[in-house]
Amino acid sequence: MTTLVETETLDLAARFPGSAAVDTRPGYSGWIVNKDRLVEVATALRDEFGYDLLSHVTGVDYFPDKMEVVYNAYKTTGGPGVLFKVQVPRLDPIEVPSVTPIWPGAEFQEREIWDLYGIKFTNHPDLRRILMWEGFEGHPLRKDWHEPFYEEDFKPLKSRWPDGKYVSAEDKNPYKDNLQFPQNFDPAKVTLDGEAPLYDTLQKYTTVDAGIKTDHIIVNMGPQHPSTHGVFRAAVVLDGETIVSLKPVMGYLHRNHEKIGERNTFLQNMPYTDRLDYFNSMSNNWGYSLAVEKLMNIKVAERAEYLRVIMAELSRIQNHLILIGMLLNDLGAYFTPALYAFEERELILDIFEATSGTRMMCNYHRFGGVSRDLPEGVLEKIRGLVEDRLPRKADEFDRLLTENEIFISRMKGVKVIDGEDAIKYSVTGPVLRAAGIPYDVRRAQPYGIYDRFDFDVALRHGGDLYDNYLIRLDEIRQSIRILQQAVKQIPDGPINSQKPQYQVRVPAGEAYGRIEAPKGELGYYVISTGKPNPWRYHVRAPSFMNITALEKMCVGKKIADFVVILGVLDIVLGELDR
Amino acid sequence: MTDNKELNSPGYEIPEDLQHAVSITTIDRLYNWGRRWSVWPMMFGLACCAIEMIAAQAARYDLARFGMEVMRPSPRQSDLMIVAGTVTKKMIPAIVRLYNQMPEPKYVIAMGACASGGGPFKEGYNVVAGVDKFVPVDVYIPGCPPTPQALTAGLMKLQEKIDKESIRKVRWYQKGADSVELPIPVLGPDLMDPRRYNEIRVLAAKPAEPATESKA
Amino acid sequence: MYGKGIIKGLGVTLKHFVDTYLDDIQWWGRRYYKTGGIAHRSSKDTRGIFTVQYPEEKLPVPEEFRYVPFLVYDEGADGKKEVRCTSCGICAKVCPPQCIWIVRSNDPQTGRPVPEPTEFYIDADICMNCGFCAEYCPFDAIIMDHDYEIASYQRNVFNMQKLLKPASYYRSIRPLNYQRNDEERKAKEAAKAAKAEASAS
Ligand code: SF4
Ligand code: SF4
Ligand code: SF4
Repeated sequence: MTTLVETETLDLAARFPGSAAVDTRPGYSGWIVNKDRLVEVATALRDEFGYDLLSHVTGVDYFPDKMEVVYNAYKTTGGPGVLFKVQVPRLDPIEVPSVTPIWPGAEFQEREIWDLYGIKFTNHPDLRRILMWEGFEGHPLRKDWHEPFYEEDFKPLKSRWPDGKYVSAEDKNPYKDNLQFPQNFDPAKVTLDGEAPLYDTLQKYTTVDAGIKTDHIIVNMGPQHPSTHGVFRAAVVLDGETIVSLKPVMGYLHRNHEKIGERNTFLQNMPYTDRLDYFNSMSNNWGYSLAVEKLMNIKVAERAEYLRVIMAELSRIQNHLILIGMLLNDLGAYFTPALYAFEERELILDIFEATSGTRMMCNYHRFGGVSRDLPEGVLEKIRGLVEDRLPRKADEFDRLLTENEIFISRMKGVKVIDGEDAIKYSVTGPVLRAAGIPYDVRRAQPYGIYDRFDFDVALRHGGDLYDNYLIRLDEIRQSIRILQQAVKQIPDGPINSQKPQYQVRVPAGEAYGRIEAPKGELGYYVISTGKPNPWRYHVRAPSFMNITALEKMCVGKKIADFVVILGVLDIVLGELDR
Repeated sequence: MTDNKELNSPGYEIPEDLQHAVSITTIDRLYNWGRRWSVWPMMFGLACCAIEMIAAQAARYDLARFGMEVMRPSPRQSDLMIVAGTVTKKMIPAIVRLYNQMPEPKYVIAMGACASGGGPFKEGYNVVAGVDKFVPVDVYIPGCPPTPQALTAGLMKLQEKIDKESIRKVRWYQKGADSVELPIPVLGPDLMDPRRYNEIRVLAAKPAEPATESKA
Repeated sequence: MYGKGIIKGLGVTLKHFVDTYLDDIQWWGRRYYKTGGIAHRSSKDTRGIFTVQYPEEKLPVPEEFRYVPFLVYDEGADGKKEVRCTSCGICAKVCPPQCIWIVRSNDPQTGRPVPEPTEFYIDADICMNCGFCAEYCPFDAIIMDHDYEIASYQRNVFNMQKLLKPASYYRSIRPLNYQRNDEERKAKEAAKAAKAEASAS
């Protein structure tokens, strides 16, 4: 794939004369839309042109003069997407109309942009900080905002070599810690309203039931809760056991991925992507290398393409197995299926470890290929797994769970989300496909060499919990199918089309690389200015998008179902909070 | 059995044929032996490292062999907090609160680079550079993430530490040593540790420092 | 019949239970504490109990396994440590979380840089085990270690003393890589010698 972010022959300029113009900066594509007509343009894109899935929204800080909001929409029927942008002067207050009324999936992303860039979205239903806490000082992703451990704008830092006396970052900070405070700040005088805005919005959404009047109670689940799969928190208003309203609270694992990513060099970001969705470092790498390879306009070595597919599909199998295993925990059963799932996972991780060097944080991709070839005997091992063991084990899980009556009675008929709503809320991945929408990036806009394999997009139509479970099994079987073809076809040859180099040259421009990660569409939006570091590095994390619809999914259901819904949504906090 | 061997205090001869049935030991030894094989960790994962912690609990590494399989979701029933993952400023109040809720004797393991000293994300604005800034840590396990075997090695290190304790000297049996509550950090414009309010006030009153770059 | 699915599922667990004993009989005396047995339990044919009895038996790590890096020195003729590192700084530049600190040596007389580090630190509490330093070091002077049992009672900042390990250790943990590097080095030296000869004549 050699094109940059592809745009279709879609003439917005003719449809909106004077308000939409082609983005002519070198290396860029898409449209620049007048802020005042944004809502109109977005509505037309959705209704007239059929771009029904808003893939991602993000901000870019063109310090010192402009702020830009970038929207990226796709059609669920497949094909390239449309990229459009709104530019505003970089003078507070910065305001842009919200597109949440058009695509509800933008809600959390706009909150994130407000949190990190300080761009206000007018007409947004609930504009609060999302990753940082209310009361935090500043908007961290702005280029002129510096964190307490700030040293230099770009890595490599000069203090490390040649005169790199070891000084810990703490010693350089006046507070001897990762802290900074405004001038003349007095901690005793802070008045905290901390959680009040959260509870306000919860109240705002409360609908009073017509039946027997009971008191509503607020329950906080998390951030330390065994069923939330990490440090996720949901504030829930309950009427008896029924959920009346719910707000996810996140940011407990906000590790400033994007801020760090904009300081790193292009290559240095690779191991950081491992830590997004820490179950699937092999596929995380892929999205990022895809984006940068687009910018660099290079081809990937043939053998490496196969290695990428093999690793990514093994990763998907392992991810879905764990999900199925853990699902039973969420249902209140105990560990047996999870232990079985971990057994298979260990065998797959052995392959990752032998090939890339670690079990989880593989750091396997390089621009133009992969880092290491398969060591001796590993291909045999993979063959053994995909031809013999994994199909056997998939059937075993089938026998273990699929017909279990208790399991069925808990899962069947509890609707997660229907297809139409799922699209509105930008839900992607297995959850969308379980709701009857056959949207899979591997088919909708094939990347790598997926167009060479014969496989089906797994599809279920009910959209309930049970379908969400079944689709995972289906996908495991499809992945096995792909793998069986890949291990047969894999050619010999070099594993990288480029010379190994630690400082790559990336021409200026923008690129969006997206893949079908086990959890949904994983995309990286990267802007290069031709320097060794990316100017903007944004991750479109499927967990984060899918969680936008959580309230929609849960209201009206029982609290016990909430736990299972969260389970099948398959969130992972490293990616959700980044 | 191997357990007996561990329990026997040196210094007493036990006839060969009685060795599997009788041991002579000290109270300390017995006390520590009982504790070291029943450390119950809290079910508490923060980030990537937590997955390796779960993997260590799962079939292949099976911490049940160490009496550590009972992962308690409640801090009130656990002896050990494995801080597995990146500690963020937003999360640290909850961590300190959980630590306060654990009954004595309690131990903390910092698993992975992040919990030990900030890890790869140390420079981030929302990251606490090591959980030991707020709660006392007993064992540090470097690695990103430590493999399950490395975690097990760390747990054995903790067992060694338990072995060295003496029932007469341990802090939870001292007079007036009712568990000391750690003050819970507050989220203001940045993370504020109540123990350091004065210091913060004094430092914040100082004129702005020159940029850190020039010092580096 | 209601409950059929449950019984079917229970059959699977029962099979797992029985498999342990079958496998025990099949691999009598070889299943535990033997290299072959561990390999069998990590192969596609493993069934029954899957546990590796760490620390009594250890799962072998593959050659490429990486943990925290270490510095290689060659043992000189009189037992002198010849540090391979030339303090070229590439590893410090490529390290993503910037946890390598190097002080380059200067000649006390001329003040010119000498290819050798005076100080070399790796903050193991930041290191993300990514392996970039080893991958891009042009002199094979920094290598990813296999030793994962490094838990301790304090923070881990490794200085040069702690980081240095002999080349023989490198060979023992990564025989294939060592051989490859060795051949490359020899080839390079031969090429250099040939060049020097050519220019001399
Ligand atoms: S030490 Fe590494 S693996 Fe562990 S939480 Fe931190 S980044 Fe994740
Ligand atoms: S890259 Fe190798 S030779 Fe250069 S400073 Fe690092 S360890 Fe030394
Ligand atoms: S392994 Fe990676 S993080 Fe660790 S010292 Fe080497 S380059 Fe730095």
